[in-house]
Amino acid sequence: MRAVITVIGQDRPGILARVSTECAQVNANVRDMTQSILKDVFTMIMVVDISELKGSFSDFVDQMKQVGEEMQVSIHVMHEDIFNSMHRI
Amino acid sequence: MLNTNDIMETIRMIQDDHLDIRTITMGISLLDCCDSDIDVSCQKVYNKITRLAKDLVKTGEDIEKKYGIPIINKRISVTPIAMLVGASGGDPVKYALTLEKAANAVGVNFLGGYSALVHKGFAAGDLELIRSIPEALAVTDHVCSSVNIGSTKAGINLDAVKLMGQIVRQASERTADRDCIGAAKLVIFCNAPEDNPFMAGAFHGPGEPDCVINVGVSGPGVVRAALAKFGQDKNITEIADIIKKTAFKITRMGQLVGTEASQRLGVPFGIVDLSLAPTPEVGDSVAYILEEIGLEKCGCHGTTATLAMLNDAVKKGGVMASSMVGGLSGAFIPVSEDAGMIAAARCGSLKIEKLEAMTAVCSVGLDMICVPGDTPAEVISAVIADEAAIGMINSKTTAVRLIPAIGKQVGDELEFGGLLGSGPVMALNTYSPAKFINRGGHIPAPIQSLKN
Repeated sequence: MRAVITVIGQDRPGILARVSTECAQVNANVRDMTQSILKDVFTMIMVVDISELKGSFSDFVDQMKQVGEEMQVSIHVMHEDIFNSMHRI
Repeated sequence: MLNTNDIMETIRMIQDDHLDIRTITMGISLLDCCDSDIDVSCQKVYNKITRLAKDLVKTGEDIEKKYGIPIINKRISVTPIAMLVGASGGDPVKYALTLEKAANAVGVNFLGGYSALVHKGFAAGDLELIRSIPEALAVTDHVCSSVNIGSTKAGINLDAVKLMGQIVRQASERTADRDCIGAAKLVIFCNAPEDNPFMAGAFHGPGEPDCVINVGVSGPGVVRAALAKFGQDKNITEIADIIKKTAFKITRMGQLVGTEASQRLGVPFGIVDLSLAPTPEVGDSVAYILEEIGLEKCGCHGTTATLAMLNDAVKKGGVMASSMVGGLSGAFIPVSEDAGMIAAARCGSLKIEKLEAMTAVCSVGLDMICVPGDTPAEVISAVIADEAAIGMINSKTTAVRLIPAIGKQVGDELEFGGLLGSGPVMALNTYSPAKFINRGGHIPAPIQSLKN
């Protein structure tokens, strides 16, 4: 089971560090990552394995949302099935 | 591997373009709740609904969180209550109060099925139920009502049409102090589908299984955004293709959510309803899609053609995306629920006659239209008859949800709030159809060949 974390917002130091730390704390294993900065807008997409997640997926979603609010960026955590079903036949 | 652009497209659809699942609707058969004692019957109804739907809202919220896609409403549809009234007798409003209590207990947004199917005539319980509709809608908040008065196979029951004109007026009058909300919860159908998850017309048809999950998607905002982004300088064939592709993606969400909900609840998955259902939010309008295609204002000449193309393209894209499609499936044009329709009606571009023409080529019918408060019942009946005739002849579902704005005139507005929005009072033709309506009887079923 994998989830996709997207982070969009004003670039600043420590976003990647903070998001990966949060993932490590709940045992979400980072499998893939891409990151770009366009005109100061930071965009990161992270694919994490959540099969061994500590706690519920729902709590993880809430926790990451909270982290996003603290860092003033928008963070979404969504199960990868939504992307697969929308974009694959 | 997931593609970055695909991921960003999905996020944008949800964040910026109002992509959502409009509703997960659990259909529940109440046929096994019939009892000759109405109080026993009501108790069984309450027990069955609260047993089957106890986890519906929670499941909806969990799925919402898992996939990050909003699920706006959780609803229930039940067997047409007239069938239970036929068996139990007694005051049908008792059922309405029971349904309201059950809706509150499980926390759903709406519960539909205070309904009667009278397209061929009135059976036991039908007239009693229909006459109780104004009272039932006035004393409940979540209960929705519908009556099927015609079909392609049966023709149109003109006695029922006449009665429904009066009932619509009474439903409005009984709730005049609440912006006539009663009439906004009442739909009159021709060719009503048995598995429609959308309100106010949802009911659980007698041909349906005991319990089933149906899903209604939304997404006019997504279609408009796709046309704005990729549709500049494209011809109409290419526009239709963009709509098809977008409808496919929207419907896949419905399929995913429906499958998951049905697994979690242990209930069979019924259908995805492919409707483009607008909301009063500015970015989420069917009218704006038509304007994006190239109309100065929805309602101008060209509206019917663009809507026909849109409706067809939505179906073509959606059908491939889902294993089972049903319900109303098409583009909705409820005036008060669509920011672009409201604007077009206010400025005088969109009139009732054009709306009627539009209903011949798209889903449903004259929906959420506020009409002057002094409109006679016969005129409302005649609007219902016209709309039913379009459905009957074209073998499609049509419906009427008019709200006589008691004490108000053309130019005034009603404010319903939430998904129901707000609507300007629109003018109707005031010449009288009373003699036609008062004839009563039955319009015979139409011939199905010699299509001209």
